[in-house]
Amino acid sequence: MLEVRNLRKAFGSLVAVDDVSFVVSPGKMTGLLGPNGAGKTTTVSMIAGLIAPERGQVLVGGQPLSGDTDANKRKIGLVPQDLALYDELTARDNLRFFGALYDISGAALETAMTSALTLVGLADRARDRVKTFSGGMKRRLNLAAGLLHDPDILLLDEPTVGVDPQSRNAIFDNLEELKKRGKALLYTTHYMEEAERLADRIVVIDRGKVVADDTLAGLHAAVSPDRPGASVSLETVFLTLTGRSLRD
Amino acid sequence: MSATAFVALVRKDLQLFLSDRRAVIVAFAVPIFIGAFIGSLTNDMGNNDQPMRVKIVVADLDSSEISKAVISSAQADANLTVALAGADEARQQVQKGSVVAAVIIPKDFGESAGRAFFRGGAGSDVQKPELSVLFDPSRAMEAAMIRGILTQHVMQSVARSVFTAESASNFAQQGLEEIERSNMDPNQKRLLGDMLSSVQRFYRQNGSGRAGGAPAGGMFSMPYTVRQEEVTSGKRVPYNGYAHSFAGMGIQFLLFASLNLGIEMLLERQRGMWKRLRSAPVSRYLLLASRATSATIVSLMTLLVSFGFAMLVFKVRIQGSLVGFLLVAVACSMMAATFGLLVAAVGNTPGTARGVSTLVVLVMVMVGGAWVPTFVFPKWMQQLTVVVPVRWAVDGLDATTWRGLPLSSAVAPTLALLGFSALFGLITLTRFRWEEA
Repeated sequence: MLEVRNLRKAFGSLVAVDDVSFVVSPGKMTGLLGPNGAGKTTTVSMIAGLIAPERGQVLVGGQPLSGDTDANKRKIGLVPQDLALYDELTARDNLRFFGALYDISGAALETAMTSALTLVGLADRARDRVKTFSGGMKRRLNLAAGLLHDPDILLLDEPTVGVDPQSRNAIFDNLEELKKRGKALLYTTHYMEEAERLADRIVVIDRGKVVADDTLAGLHAAVSPDRPGASVSLETVFLTLTGRSLRD
Repeated sequence: MSATAFVALVRKDLQLFLSDRRAVIVAFAVPIFIGAFIGSLTNDMGNNDQPMRVKIVVADLDSSEISKAVISSAQADANLTVALAGADEARQQVQKGSVVAAVIIPKDFGESAGRAFFRGGAGSDVQKPELSVLFDPSRAMEAAMIRGILTQHVMQSVARSVFTAESASNFAQQGLEEIERSNMDPNQKRLLGDMLSSVQRFYRQNGSGRAGGAPAGGMFSMPYTVRQEEVTSGKRVPYNGYAHSFAGMGIQFLLFASLNLGIEMLLERQRGMWKRLRSAPVSRYLLLASRATSATIVSLMTLLVSFGFAMLVFKVRIQGSLVGFLLVAVACSMMAATFGLLVAAVGNTPGTARGVSTLVVLVMVMVGGAWVPTFVFPKWMQQLTVVVPVRWAVDGLDATTWRGLPLSSAVAPTLALLGFSALFGLITLTRFRWEEA
């Protein structure tokens, strides 16, 4: 469904992403992990069309993305790390606006809004201004805005930052539901337990390069080849692959 | 271009603008308030039915017939309010700002002025009396006006005095004696003597039956009268100062409204909103065009609400071309909208962009004539202001409102404003940061 091929991007002398390739399949979630500054957000930005790669391709359904108005961008939904919502507007008005950007209007838009709000549990707050929402509710609405046009691929950039355990679990439930619906999910996070719980495949990126791309079991096996089946946390795997030096 | 997306983008901006009560108040109420205040000042200045009287004080150290006549004449002038005081008190009143100027008439002024009137030309040894005008330096323009008015009254009074029958006869007699003593050609002596003798006879005969020799004095007066007329949109259409002040303040605040829209774009970038916008299948030109459209609508609303209020309350009228007025208003709004985009394109952070662009707006409205008319500026600055869009906007709105000029008067301002709009738009397209890392 989503294939990233040999992406490269540099900002001046800093090579942020270098020859990054991986695949995200339908009904699966791929966790994109890496230390601060590893190149995760730059990679997601290139996939979403926010940054033009210097080299490489992003293939959606086998077709390369090209240009701002490429119809294949409709197949991608972005849930940015920031709460990209208009506080002064109601939840419905926010969704109505984001739906219109994908040329959805009329009854189709009403159906999409109801469906997205129901999924994230905000149907009863649809007419309230976003500024009255809690942090967790805003996070869920942020997710709903990315789902409105029913994309095949969902890019989730740290979607649980700053929310309480209840809202986080609600979001996990939403993501499980989306996987069941056949969506391909790319999930970046610093929370290892989230990736362990949700991801079917893990891509670890460090200093702009992919250092591992495997299932959780495969990563365990790669890190502890002498102890097959031993219980090793993803954090241990991650630190083994990326080292313990600070990256700030 | 997706019409659905375009309409949604514009509608969202308008919704956000109207939902922010403070922004609405700033955009609509503040220009009305300030426009009304400035208009009330300038309107009084332009009302010729009741001219503004300039307050002066006169210290008469002479107390001669001439000095009294000067004071009496000045007191009758519709442009002056004249009070009398001693010299020290007069100076103090100017220093305190109670009066614009003090006129000190020195001792022996009348006598000296009479002598200097006939024999004070170049090369003469006759000492001219010195009339002191002490003025408030903060009101130099009014002081210049006072000097002009004073010249008129002094000339009239001195002329009346020296051309009384007795004075004129004496001056003629002095002239005859000087001619007789001179080495002039006998023929010329005879001709000049005949003329002065005739003058002497005229004043003796005509002045003999009248007190003070009045007829000769009455012969001398200002050789013209002045009829003032306000050149506005038509005869008997008075100047309405509110038209200019509402134009100026309207433009100022629509620039501020657009500036805020530009700042809002930078805040949206900080909040990650542009990631979401750019991830949608809409072109970058549509994103900018929609923002330019919504900013134009907000700017136009600001201007029209201001003028609508001025029309209802202060009787401002579009005395010239209505089409011209609308063309200038739309072009002005487009210029302001693209200025807002420019702020978003060249601004790094909302904080720095707000500071710098506020300064730019204030300078533009200041030198563009939105606060005070450009004719008070030095010549070089007046020429420089043609590169300031506000100047064109003010000129265009003035032309179509109180000046009452036809559509042709709106063409140059409209084209100039559209030119500025195109320039700002072009810079925005080339400088806008599209990549969202």
